[in-house]
Amino acid sequence: METVLAFITGILFAGGIYLLLRRSMSKVILGLLLVGHAVNLLIFTAAGLVRSRSPLIPPGSERLSPPYPDPLAQALILTAIVIGFGILAFALVLAYRTFAVTGTDDVDELQESAP
Amino acid sequence: MSLLPVLPVIIPLLTAALSLAMARHRTLQRGLSLAGSAGLVAAAVTLLATVRHEGIIAVEIGSWPAPFGIVLVADMLSAIMVLASSLLGLSVVVYALGNVDQARVSFGFHPLFHALLMGVCGAFLTGDLFNLYVWFEVMLMASFVLLALGGEKNQLAGAFKYVTLNFIASSFFLTGIGLLYGKTGTLNMADLAQKTASQSDSGLMLTSAMLLFLAFGIKAAVFPLFSWLPASYHTPPTAVTAIFAALLTKVGVYALIRMFTLVFIQNTALTHGLILGVSAATMVVGVLGAAAHFDIRRILSFHIISQIGYMTLGLGFFTVAGIAGAIFYVVHNMIVKTNLFLAGGIVNHLRGTFNLKYLGGLYRAYPLLAFLFLVSALSQAGVPPLSGFLAKLMVIRAGLAVGEYALVAVALAVGILTLYSMTKIWTEAFWKEPPTEYPSGEKNTPAGVPWLLLAPVMALTALTIGLGLFPESFIQMTQEAAEQLMDRTAYIRAVLGPVP
Repeated sequence: METVLAFITGILFAGGIYLLLRRSMSKVILGLLLVGHAVNLLIFTAAGLVRSRSPLIPPGSERLSPPYPDPLAQALILTAIVIGFGILAFALVLAYRTFAVTGTDDVDELQESAP
Repeated sequence: MSLLPVLPVIIPLLTAALSLAMARHRTLQRGLSLAGSAGLVAAAVTLLATVRHEGIIAVEIGSWPAPFGIVLVADMLSAIMVLASSLLGLSVVVYALGNVDQARVSFGFHPLFHALLMGVCGAFLTGDLFNLYVWFEVMLMASFVLLALGGEKNQLAGAFKYVTLNFIASSFFLTGIGLLYGKTGTLNMADLAQKTASQSDSGLMLTSAMLLFLAFGIKAAVFPLFSWLPASYHTPPTAVTAIFAALLTKVGVYALIRMFTLVFIQNTALTHGLILGVSAATMVVGVLGAAAHFDIRRILSFHIISQIGYMTLGLGFFTVAGIAGAIFYVVHNMIVKTNLFLAGGIVNHLRGTFNLKYLGGLYRAYPLLAFLFLVSALSQAGVPPLSGFLAKLMVIRAGLAVGEYALVAVALAVGILTLYSMTKIWTEAFWKEPPTEYPSGEKNTPAGVPWLLLAPVMALTALTIGLGLFPESFIQMTQEAAEQLMDRTAYIRAVLGPVP
């Protein structure tokens, strides 16, 4: 399973970086989205995968019994998702506003219109 | 348990929240903003005095014990950085009272400004790597909005590049964190330092180190990762550019210093060698970029990059003297760079342009302003007896001590080019005859310089002269900070308790 996830992470990174290199602002934002997902998946995989277990202490027991997945990594991802979501929302509004003001979606033309 | 290290985070947070609640009362908001920054300075002074007196302070947030909960740690480096940031925050708030227009204030300039300060102070104080990421994002989110606030055409274009590149940097940072956590199972910096000290297999450590180097390198704008900085820094109002120049890149430098003295020291020949090479390239490329431009803000933006090279150079030498020099350089540069931007903003206020072609003759009309700009310009170039001279001297002596003569030569040559570039601004804007042609509609001559703009510039100029003439106690402090950084046991003990 780790191998599959590693490949998915790699594909997401590759696709994201390809889109980041495009000239269109909307594609750049999609690239940001993909890279964000890739990073989250990487943290998830790097922290170790445990099948069909949750990090909950069963009733009547004092402590977690191994194997259990690492809850901290999931908390980190959750935080990263929220932050990424916020930045992405801002980037979308910014791109929309830029398009409304300059009338172009092309990053290179943006350069020329704003010396 | 002392709550002192929490104050530099709480005070800006409260100020931001309260001034947001008072969005309709602009006068009240401005007063609050001023009081908040003054309070932050007071807290920072107390913190530095306490840390110097009692040693490193660590606070466990929510009383969760150290490797598990998040800690705020104030050592000498953090305390010095917090104090410098708070001083600049105060000066820029005063300047902003006269520089930032009504519309921007109505749309929340002051709350955002304090959110930025909160992020910066949090980043300086945290002892947890993921928490550092969160503070970076707090700081960046505030800076995104400050940069785009006003919505002018070139501001939006600059902000888009800035947001994209910073998001990429954050992704690298997070990737590095993920791999490091997968490898060691901890994100507490002190715990990381302890666990990785015994790591003999350093492949994954090196991967994380390089990912974090990339991330912090983008934020600190080192070569070849700096292109976002000159693309965006010249667009917002002067007060915003000045606080960005003061704080944002320096947080990147701080993070580099912290991680590459505390955690990533397994393979210093490689990592710190890389830092040295990158530093030299940063200095040279930055100063050449500055030489090619004719807009005051663009020239100063390229100088930010060039000066970052000196700071990382001190880190790359990896000796107590080198790191003390780097810390001195960071503080000196925060003061001088901000001051140059603020003075440049006054020039724009008087003449309506930043372009050197359309400036001139300001020396005759405003001799005081010309003097203030000249002091900062010479200080940046490293002319004695100003603080820039001592900062360069400390870094260069550290370089000579470890025998890096080629790098020292580069640093000295860049110093001369800096002097050339600074005198170019000064002669063009202040000394030469006033130009005969003006771009249409850009000539306006207000009667005088408002005090709100001039007072912070005078205060910061006094600071750079003072730091140059009476440097002993501050050099002493940077030495103590560097010793704490190089001898990691005190930091680890303060966070995790006595080492078994």
